[in-house]
Amino acid sequence: MSPKTLYDKIWDAHLVHEAEDGTCLLYIDRHLVHEVTSPQAFEGLRMAGRDLRAPDKTIAVPDHNVPTTADRVNGIENEESRIQVEALDRNAREFGIHYYPVDDIRQGIVHIVGPEQGWTLPGMTVVCGDSHTATHGAFGALAHGIGTSEVEHVLATQTLIQSKSKNMKVEITGKLRPGVTAKDITLTVIGRTGTAGGTGHVIEYCGEAIRDLSMEGRMTVCNMAIEGGARAGLIAPDEKTFEYIKGRPHAPKGAEWEVALAWWKTLFSDKDAHWDKVITIRGEDIAPVVTWGTSPEDVLPITDRVPAPEDFDGGKVEAVRRSLEYMELAPGTPLSEIEIDTVFIGSCTNGRIEDLRAAAEILRGKKIKEGLRAMVVPGSGLVRAQAEEEGLADVFIEAGFEWRLAGCSMCLAMNPDQLSPGERCAATSNRNFEGRQGRGGRTHLMSPAMAAAAAVTGHLTDVREMM
Amino acid sequence: MEKFEKLTGIAAPLPQINVDTDMIIPKQFLKTIKRSGLGVNLFDEMRYDDDGNEIPDFVLNKPQYREAQILVAGENFGCGSSREHAPWAIADFGIRCIIAPSYADIFYNNCFKNGILPIALPQEQVDVLMKDAEKGANARVTVDLEAQTVTTSDGESFAFEVDAFKKHCLLEGLDDIGLTMARADAISAFEAKASTERPWV
Repeated sequence: MSPKTLYDKIWDAHLVHEAEDGTCLLYIDRHLVHEVTSPQAFEGLRMAGRDLRAPDKTIAVPDHNVPTTADRVNGIENEESRIQVEALDRNAREFGIHYYPVDDIRQGIVHIVGPEQGWTLPGMTVVCGDSHTATHGAFGALAHGIGTSEVEHVLATQTLIQSKSKNMKVEITGKLRPGVTAKDITLTVIGRTGTAGGTGHVIEYCGEAIRDLSMEGRMTVCNMAIEGGARAGLIAPDEKTFEYIKGRPHAPKGAEWEVALAWWKTLFSDKDAHWDKVITIRGEDIAPVVTWGTSPEDVLPITDRVPAPEDFDGGKVEAVRRSLEYMELAPGTPLSEIEIDTVFIGSCTNGRIEDLRAAAEILRGKKIKEGLRAMVVPGSGLVRAQAEEEGLADVFIEAGFEWRLAGCSMCLAMNPDQLSPGERCAATSNRNFEGRQGRGGRTHLMSPAMAAAAAVTGHLTDVREMM
Repeated sequence: MEKFEKLTGIAAPLPQINVDTDMIIPKQFLKTIKRSGLGVNLFDEMRYDDDGNEIPDFVLNKPQYREAQILVAGENFGCGSSREHAPWAIADFGIRCIIAPSYADIFYNNCFKNGILPIALPQEQVDVLMKDAEKGANARVTVDLEAQTVTTSDGESFAFEVDAFKKHCLLEGLDDIGLTMARADAISAFEAKASTERPWV
């Protein structure tokens, strides 16, 4: 048998049908659903008189629209948001799918809830009407975002029409330096490949620095595979993966666990597998980074300066000019002198317990800069509860942070957590697009520790100076 | 789904790379539970000022491009979020075809589900079409899906590639859920086999 990549193996295990023209029908093991991209899909089913093929493989949770303030128990004030969440409530109950409503402690961001509850397992195919579905690739699951028409297709048939992507290997060799995190790895990769560098490919991240990451760090890396243009990001499962999964509510148990484990251990890329593209970065060369522009590829070490449009080629020259104007930044400005108004710690990229620990570590015994608005939005109710138990919530509150309830929040500002025009935010989320966090808002992406450091000084800061 | 066969129309130039789906349709318009009516908010933050007035410089606000049916843009068009509201807004505005050097995967797939043809051409050819589009309303571009060609107002023609299955669905206006449901037996057979091999799933 010819050597295969991990992606090849998962693909082959889920192939239902291959047409003569190469169009494939792929079986979907887990379908995650949230309130924004699903109402039209459920409505489509109703109008066509179609049923859900596999409700037991479908999991729903509201996250994008939900307020993160304590008063959300009284209902959602914004009418459109409320209607959308109510539609999900109704659809979940009517079609009989697994559901974590707003008042359930397990509610949270769909990509944090899935792994937390053991829905995401190695070798699975996982889809969701959300581009950050790539997160689940950290478990060696083939996971990617789909549009609403495809959500409807999966609801009705539990399959997707797909053509196979190419294989891309991103290897991070050696060890990371102190202060460098999974977020810095994933941003550095995008800075190197560009936001279209992975287009048409599934990325497998490998190498010592990836192996050394915890499961949560691996989720951060895979989460942003989409920002590099890739269809999905993957990391081969290992003992850390199995350890993380074991005992979770929906993980296999007893004899089934043993059978699953035996298969999971075969999920790696064969030694001589073919790669269409290979990128290698030395772990030692990665620094704590921040973004300066309006594309996730606009990334530089915190010790660097804002670049000039002339430093680039082709269409990027005009894009950088536009970007710097939007960000109101002058070329040559040291990145560490950029002052901020807001700090946002949370999102499916960095809203897990280890992220909160890393930020709290920097904030312990310190106060945020006067006049700054800073908020922590845990990725799920369970993350929030654990952070409270560990005393992290107290650290944040004493430092001057708002301690919120779980949701997507200011990552995409569909709920009331938004930037005002001109406001500048140090954010642990995944996109710095124009208007992403609120019309006219300016976003700098970074790791939780870097965001915490910025909260203390009021400007982008090299976290290594505070360690 | 509306068929796409042949289209002759005004092409609007948007010479910008990395046009993301947040630009195409900002998040405040994702709160709808319908697919229709988003055209008025297409490119909302580029198209209107803070008070909701049109920004005259934006291409789709210019008199010659208000009826555009084709959009010519820079590389990596449609990157970012998976929101299908982006192609819904584009189609609702009346644009049926996009021409760019490259697209983000999810957006590209979403287009085909909504009767929109996204054409990828080499940068040099997109440059020619961009110049043609800049001539305004009198320069009509023709897109022929059956023949897989784009023809400028000067008669210069470029061939493009498109997946055979996607082409077929677009030409016939087919609902692919119906097509897949015709394979229910294959899906059931797969499920039976998988439940033995991977019972924990």
